[in-house]
Amino acid sequence: MTREITQAIVDGILVGGVYALMAVGLTLIFGVLDIINIAQGVLVILGAYLSYSLSTKAHIDLFVGLLITVPAMFVIGVVIHWAFIRRLRGTERTSMTLLVTYAVALIVEGILYKIYGANNVTLNASYTSTSVHVLGFYLPWIFIYGFILAIVLVVAIYALLYRTRFGRSVRAIMQDETAARLVGIDVNRVAALTFGIGVAVTAVGGMFFGATNAFNANSGYDLISRLLAIIILGGLGSVGGALAASVFMITLESVVTVWYPTWAIVVFYAALVLVLLIRPTGFFGRKEVRAQ
Amino acid sequence: MSPRTVNRGLALKLGGLAVLAAIVIAFPQVYTNPAITNYGVFALIYVTVASAWNIFSGNTGYISLGQAVFYGSGAYAMGIAARDWHLTGTTVFALLPLCAAVGAIIAVPFGLIALRVRRHTFIVITIAVFFIFQLMAFNFSFTGGSSGLSSPFLTWPASTYNTPFYYIALGYAAGTVAIAWLVRRSRFGLQLRAIRDDEDRARGLGVRAMRVKLSAFVLSGAITAMIGAVWFFYINQVEPQTGFDPLFDLTIVLMVFLGGYGSVAGPVLGALIIEPLTLWLNTQPQFSGGDLSEILLGAIFLVVVLFMPRGIIPSGGELITKLRTRGRPAVVPATTIGPAPPDPTRPPLPARPSGGAR
Repeated sequence: MTREITQAIVDGILVGGVYALMAVGLTLIFGVLDIINIAQGVLVILGAYLSYSLSTKAHIDLFVGLLITVPAMFVIGVVIHWAFIRRLRGTERTSMTLLVTYAVALIVEGILYKIYGANNVTLNASYTSTSVHVLGFYLPWIFIYGFILAIVLVVAIYALLYRTRFGRSVRAIMQDETAARLVGIDVNRVAALTFGIGVAVTAVGGMFFGATNAFNANSGYDLISRLLAIIILGGLGSVGGALAASVFMITLESVVTVWYPTWAIVVFYAALVLVLLIRPTGFFGRKEVRAQ
Repeated sequence: MSPRTVNRGLALKLGGLAVLAAIVIAFPQVYTNPAITNYGVFALIYVTVASAWNIFSGNTGYISLGQAVFYGSGAYAMGIAARDWHLTGTTVFALLPLCAAVGAIIAVPFGLIALRVRRHTFIVITIAVFFIFQLMAFNFSFTGGSSGLSSPFLTWPASTYNTPFYYIALGYAAGTVAIAWLVRRSRFGLQLRAIRDDEDRARGLGVRAMRVKLSAFVLSGAITAMIGAVWFFYINQVEPQTGFDPLFDLTIVLMVFLGGYGSVAGPVLGALIIEPLTLWLNTQPQFSGGDLSEILLGAIFLVVVLFMPRGIIPSGGELITKLRTRGRPAVVPATTIGPAPPDPTRPPLPARPSGGAR
């Protein structure tokens, strides 16, 4: 039993790393634009389908294919921001942006259905079906590769945020948008790039998700509800919080699965509700998040 | 405005209401084809649901995406009670108050937890609770698992089966709209809208925010649970993914925003447009499979939010006011609620309202 639990914890941490990457994208978008991108889940699936097409039609390796899908998703993100998000303002902006991103999600989902049909598919490569035997645990190679890549990218995002001029602008806007505007930061440009980066990471998340799960166009709902729970628990807009909450939540789910496979996801949401009862701002949330 | 014009306006409104009532009451007598009355039943169910959603979310500004929790719970409450107490036929309708009670009882803890947080966090909590309920419906044995529940069979002939349901749904729709109208005019509604505009200031002025919000949430939940039960009895079947359907929440929100968020007539109009449209699209062979109707729903959504952000009723009302006051100097702006309409001659302002919105 201890063995199974330890295995579940190890799996949870590895998978949690990839969720962390997707959650960081979502929470960055929230921090800079003050919106929740409901389309993030479907965009992950879109990223997965892009990888699927590249690997089945052009026989490009999944990880090499990321060199194409990541920039593609970045462009899609910038376009979504330019076409829809940018135009919204006013007192009902919270609900409006939510509806717009939901609408984008519906349209993308409908298009994916039209192109790929409703059948579940998975991404296949030599490392998706083999595993390595370490200290008595079986670790699928894809978990290890995905985890390493996710960590590298999260570190890169951190470096971008804390070591570059662009990152300083992002953090300035997160702290106080008006003040950032006053010192001459082009808020619209930074917002567009942040939205692009936030969406670009879904290409990586999608590739990993597609390689470890069977998916169809409908799978986005499951993903987005998990990601939302994670970023709320971590505290909206907090990058560190998103990392911690991803690993915590996915590990929790993985451990509960050992005993109650069908109830694991309920525990996931119940944990969210319980934590918010005690701390309405999440683990690392800022006070202002709660205020209107 | 002279008293005569006021009276004329009132007479016009009452007359319009009477004509509308006559039309909706006569509808199933004129169009007896079940395929047509089916549209009527669903449209009225959604009028009820959208109005109930608007009583809470439209007035308070708390966008709930967990309304399906009540809809599904009402349906399941009726199904489980009828099965376990061996009720059949029309006596099952006596369970409707019970379904309302179930909705209200669920709304209390749900509201106490979710209403502690605001804006995005509130929305996400409602989604989380929604998924918990859907999973419970899947996993418990008394809910029938993934195959769901069947309703007690009604021995009504198929040709007139829809008519009684039409009138029941009509009763609920009319009642809910009346409640929405009363709430909007009352002190209670004023308190709700004060919370929407600035909750902290409303509290400072003595509004018991939690109590008021929770009352509206419970009211909305109880109505939704009842109409959910009616829906279940009508279509005879509920499964976890139809009773607790994420698209259901989205559809309601779209209806309300299309018609006019926060107004009484808006949700009614939105539901009467969207629901028959979706039903019709689903009957078209080229739209079967749902993918194209999904794209279309999303596209309508985008058009509404981007070009008509305040919905048909407020935008239309503004237009009428503009036409009536044409030639007169504008003393006051046409309306003061909601965001200002976008001015096409100016470039869009920066994305986020500065300061207070956070």
